[in-house]
Amino acid sequence: MPVVKAVTCPVCGSLCDDIELTIQEGKVVKVKNGCAMCESKFLGYNGEHRILKPLIRKNGEFVKTSVKEAVKRAAEILAEANYPVLYGWSSTNCEATRVGIELAEEVGGVIDNTSVICHGPSILSVQDVGIPSCTLGQIRHRADLVIYWGSDPWSAHPRHIERYTAFSQGRFENSAWRGYLTKIKASQVRKKIESAVRRVFLKEAPSIPPLIRREPPPSIFREGRKLVIIDVRRTRSAQMADYFIQVEPNRDYELLQAFRALIRDEELEVDQVAGVPVEYLEEVADVMIRCNFGVLFFGVGLTMSSGKLRNIDAALSLIRDLNMRTKFVIMPMRGHFNVTGANTVSTWQTGYPYAVDFSLGYPRYNPGETSVVDVLLRKESDAALVIASDPVANFPRKAVEHLVKNPLIVIDPHMNATAQMADVVFPSAFVGIEACGTAYRMDHVPLPLKKVVEPPRGVLTDEEILRRILSEVKKMRKKRQVEVAA
Amino acid sequence: MVTYQKLKVTLLTGRTIEQGVGKEKGKTSQEYVDSVTVCFIDPEDLRKLGIKEKTNVQVSTEHGSVVVKALKSIRGPHSGIIYIPYGPWANVIVNPETHSIGMPSLKGIPAEIEPAPNKPLLSLRALLNQQFGKD
Ligand code: SF4
Repeated sequence: MPVVKAVTCPVCGSLCDDIELTIQEGKVVKVKNGCAMCESKFLGYNGEHRILKPLIRKNGEFVKTSVKEAVKRAAEILAEANYPVLYGWSSTNCEATRVGIELAEEVGGVIDNTSVICHGPSILSVQDVGIPSCTLGQIRHRADLVIYWGSDPWSAHPRHIERYTAFSQGRFENSAWRGYLTKIKASQVRKKIESAVRRVFLKEAPSIPPLIRREPPPSIFREGRKLVIIDVRRTRSAQMADYFIQVEPNRDYELLQAFRALIRDEELEVDQVAGVPVEYLEEVADVMIRCNFGVLFFGVGLTMSSGKLRNIDAALSLIRDLNMRTKFVIMPMRGHFNVTGANTVSTWQTGYPYAVDFSLGYPRYNPGETSVVDVLLRKESDAALVIASDPVANFPRKAVEHLVKNPLIVIDPHMNATAQMADVVFPSAFVGIEACGTAYRMDHVPLPLKKVVEPPRGVLTDEEILRRILSEVKKMRKKRQVEVAA
Repeated sequence: MVTYQKLKVTLLTGRTIEQGVGKEKGKTSQEYVDSVTVCFIDPEDLRKLGIKEKTNVQVSTEHGSVVVKALKSIRGPHSGIIYIPYGPWANVIVNPETHSIGMPSLKGIPAEIEPAPNKPLLSLRALLNQQFGKD
């Protein structure tokens, strides 16, 4: 059976490129090295939810149609619209996004990608403050302090810790994995002893909730790689950490600024900040200053809660302050596998990373005005094209209301909530499985995506579908110009 | 008729590994639907509500109201905070305000929760139909 090695996983922004797939009769039958999400995608992508034929809504019902018909209908919708929205892009390749931008320019619409609802605020802050960053390779080999803030890598980027940070074996830093195993074993043994003691001597049910530790665990002071997690909940990742700080919801900003003060050796004249005793903070601040190479990864826990971009301002400033004392870098945990690519392509083509408005004939960028959720909330758009994304499942209800009221074109391999509400649906090949291309990892390293199997018959790639729509739109508009002139 | 206790809480939305696995399988798969129609509640709050795990609860904010299934949170203690994974159900009740930067507020929303053992969980189709009159 042929085994394809070094496949890039098209799921999350970690973009692991060491996946090995076994192919049998044009199907993926075995996945090696991947996490649960990766396996679920490679083994389950071709399930019953796959769309195989283009669909057009007629009298409220979907009917199957030909690609040609669907392209025509989609082009009509876009050519007739005054202010269409073209949204999605982070789960397709850079090549498709490039065509998408040309299409947006042609129809004078707004093109926006999913970063607007995840790391949009981070981008705004980076534009304001700047970002000291590096590649994940450097972190793997050199970082001796790893902090995740408002991010649960274990759930959203399952192999991030193992491949790039605390549990990876770097050239200059060892994996902390063994220490973690010892810790787990010790705690299991301790729990067993405790419950045995309770059962034997106290005769009570062994279900007392564990007390929160009041002092920092000794591991925070040891040598070697350390993992710190700061979050509003004790997430799965938090359970692995050497140190976990539970911050009260919506109070990250205070905590960040408290750290900034501590790092500049200022005294805090309170007992606690955001629900965390100041002594704890002093200890962690101390660890931050004493490390050789620290990294702060931040997730949407910071960008989505109160303060939004101001939280990121504070985080970036904290890293700037830390760089006066030691070496520290910072990086957003990007979600979809090619959201970084969507930003990159958009930036090199239009000058702006997302929320680009072409309605005046040239690109304009003003998040809050030209961003898709705002356009929808103001009820300004009159058509939409959604590709490789599911805004009906991801946007607030008010925004979705307007989206589904107008003609809606969806390009997606799977049936999803958005496709169910669409007027034209194009099935597409899975990028990274049935179509090749380029994607950008969260640290802006571009990686090739592989085509390992053929798409179902008649199913085109995102890029090809967009090209056909674009050429049809151009034809229609030319015809119309001729008619108007005559 | 039993009257149930209402509780004022803070709503967080976010990712879970089950939702991540489910979404790769297919956004209409049962795994996905099961993973996004739940609400993680602190055991302490479950007790205050007077319900057991897996009872349906109604979560309301000033933006809407939706029925989901209560699950005991093992990520506690976080009494006063409830957690619903991203998805069409959570979207009914999150805050659309973007504060002029394009980003709706998806975490830290004031909400009210009450037991609703007699109210059904809607299917994806029914939910879309109820919310947008289209399926
Ligand atoms: S961590 Fe992300 S990129 Fe790596 S295998 Fe898992 S889903 Fe794929």
